[in-house]
Amino acid sequence: MTRQAGPSRARPLWVAGALGVLALSMIAGLLGGAADMSPWQVVLQAADWLPFVHADSGLTPVEQGLLYELRLPRVLVAAVVGGLLAMAGAGYQGVFRNPLADPYLLGAAAGAGLAATFAIVALPATAASIPVAAFAGAVGGVLLAYTLGNTAGRSGGTATLVLAGVAVTSFLTAIQTFVQQFKVEELQRIYSWILGDVGGGWDQFFLVLPYAVAAAGLLLLHGRMLDVLSVGDEEAVSLGVPAARVRLVVLLAASLATAAAVAVSGLIGFVGIVVPHVVRRLAGGSYRIVLPLSMIGGAAFLVLADLVARTVLAPAELPIGVVTMFVGAPFFVGVLRMTRRTGT
Amino acid sequence: MRPVRTAFAGALLGTLVLAGCGQTGGTPATPSPAASSAPAPASSQAPAAAGFPVTIEAGNGQVTIAKKPERIVSLSATHTESLFAIGAGPQVVAVDDRSNFPPEAPRTDLSGFKPNVEAIVAKKPDLVVLSDDLDKVVAELGKVGVPVLLEPAAKTLDEAYEEIAELGAATGNKAKADEVVAGMRTAMDKLAAEAPKDKKLTYYHELDQTPYAATSQTFIGQVYALFGLTNIADKAPEAAGGYPKLSAEFVAQADPDLIFLADVKCCKQSKETLAERPGWAKLSAIADDRVVELDDDLASRWGPRIVQLAETVGAAVAKAGAS
Repeated sequence: MTRQAGPSRARPLWVAGALGVLALSMIAGLLGGAADMSPWQVVLQAADWLPFVHADSGLTPVEQGLLYELRLPRVLVAAVVGGLLAMAGAGYQGVFRNPLADPYLLGAAAGAGLAATFAIVALPATAASIPVAAFAGAVGGVLLAYTLGNTAGRSGGTATLVLAGVAVTSFLTAIQTFVQQFKVEELQRIYSWILGDVGGGWDQFFLVLPYAVAAAGLLLLHGRMLDVLSVGDEEAVSLGVPAARVRLVVLLAASLATAAAVAVSGLIGFVGIVVPHVVRRLAGGSYRIVLPLSMIGGAAFLVLADLVARTVLAPAELPIGVVTMFVGAPFFVGVLRMTRRTGT
Repeated sequence: MRPVRTAFAGALLGTLVLAGCGQTGGTPATPSPAASSAPAPASSQAPAAAGFPVTIEAGNGQVTIAKKPERIVSLSATHTESLFAIGAGPQVVAVDDRSNFPPEAPRTDLSGFKPNVEAIVAKKPDLVVLSDDLDKVVAELGKVGVPVLLEPAAKTLDEAYEEIAELGAATGNKAKADEVVAGMRTAMDKLAAEAPKDKKLTYYHELDQTPYAATSQTFIGQVYALFGLTNIADKAPEAAGGYPKLSAEFVAQADPDLIFLADVKCCKQSKETLAERPGWAKLSAIADDRVVELDDDLASRWGPRIVQLAETVGAAVAKAGAS
């Protein structure tokens, strides 16, 4: 992922630091897990994957396989999904000028949930049916909310858009609940999907990667524009920034990021709202730094959350959504109190 | 915005808990009225068989049944199988949508998951048999004077035998029910005795590809224990419950001797799909052809057909023990 060079001199430092944290959490993610292997063996095995390095880890072929086929892609998928969700959250917060906006604000979650439920209940169970359906549903949910918001309100305005998102979310959730009534025996699977899972191997990683690169590139390019937008539409226009168009592009990119994340991992809550706020606290509110740092921070956060989910009850697993919400809910309350106090 | 999603997850959790394992007890005993409000069936049969009135100690307390039921409604696939096995089939007028065995059972669109009291009463039952008291259905049926027998999902083999015997007593088929239970006991004991127990074989029982497993505490785990098998899922902590969601990498590393799939019908799993899962291709159970595809229904109903389930397990264990 490329990052824009910027005037702020602290930025490279922040980004380097964040990348360091991400690297450490990914190493931790690779070392920890339900299968019992010594860290040293894992390190040797990881070294063996590198080109021109041959190290004998002493792991059995099955253990080597699970490390390479299960643990490594799982860590990578967690990183990509965490980065996407946090970035999408930051993007939405910029567009709506609302610190409490999150990636699921515009009906992406409800659309994906409904489509995934349909896929689980009605489609033949192939590996690809649920992610493809969830992706289409997330995009569809956002488009529905956007169309409604635009026809009902001032073009380019955001308040109506949020309300349209609420309406679409309620409506689609109602349909989903209705569909579930016909297949109560599938509740367990639907519920598992909603609580999120970043397992699934290399297929999932390569499924999400192209969308992740596209969405990340678009969002990172619009950091400065979002900064200008944050002072108000009229000022932005007087500075030559086309406010409505910037908003549309960022919305599209953030929605694409959300849809891609949801497609491979289900509905993982709170990453999109927690991470950008932590970043703002630490590094200030400029979107030129909030966006890249959210991406890296979100990746590290989800890799660690997944590590917790995999190890707390080992060899049983917790759904990753439980871990993120457990951290996210108290944090959210804290943010609410802070924003009330400062009156933003 | 946030509460929308949380509430949505919460609502789902609520339904899930309801649809999940049956709650036992907690319902006050509803002494059923001596005469049910349902009109007596116009059957030209002899008057009520001997042995009535009978009182059954069921999950909803003491239930007194005044005379031999002739219009039974079953809302549980397990109990439907038991009723037909003990000869109460002719007395059954309606079973729920999941009761697909035996084929001659009068299947309707009644639901055991979302019981609809009006729809149940419309069948004019003089006995309703169910395994879960969902949506307060027992109390509601009690209000309209229909005798209800709540027999929750058995937790042990002995409980399963007991429930079949109770259904026999409640429906006037006690002799046949006792015969069925005795036959089951003999068959299960014989199977357990034949199992080669010196091999210390390990196994993994899969409920779905998430992958959810079952530990030895569960009913199905006790069936496997009869054959001296060691369950790899038992390493999961108590907190994970009897049906833990296992880590795929743990299963791969444990490399069990036998894999039993109870997600063949629901989730289209097979030896082939297992081999396609990341990191599982080299498992010895797959290489040595020790993946057993069970019948989902047999592996989740603790009725008369558990003998068939045990036979399948026994055959697999014998095959694995011989190699």
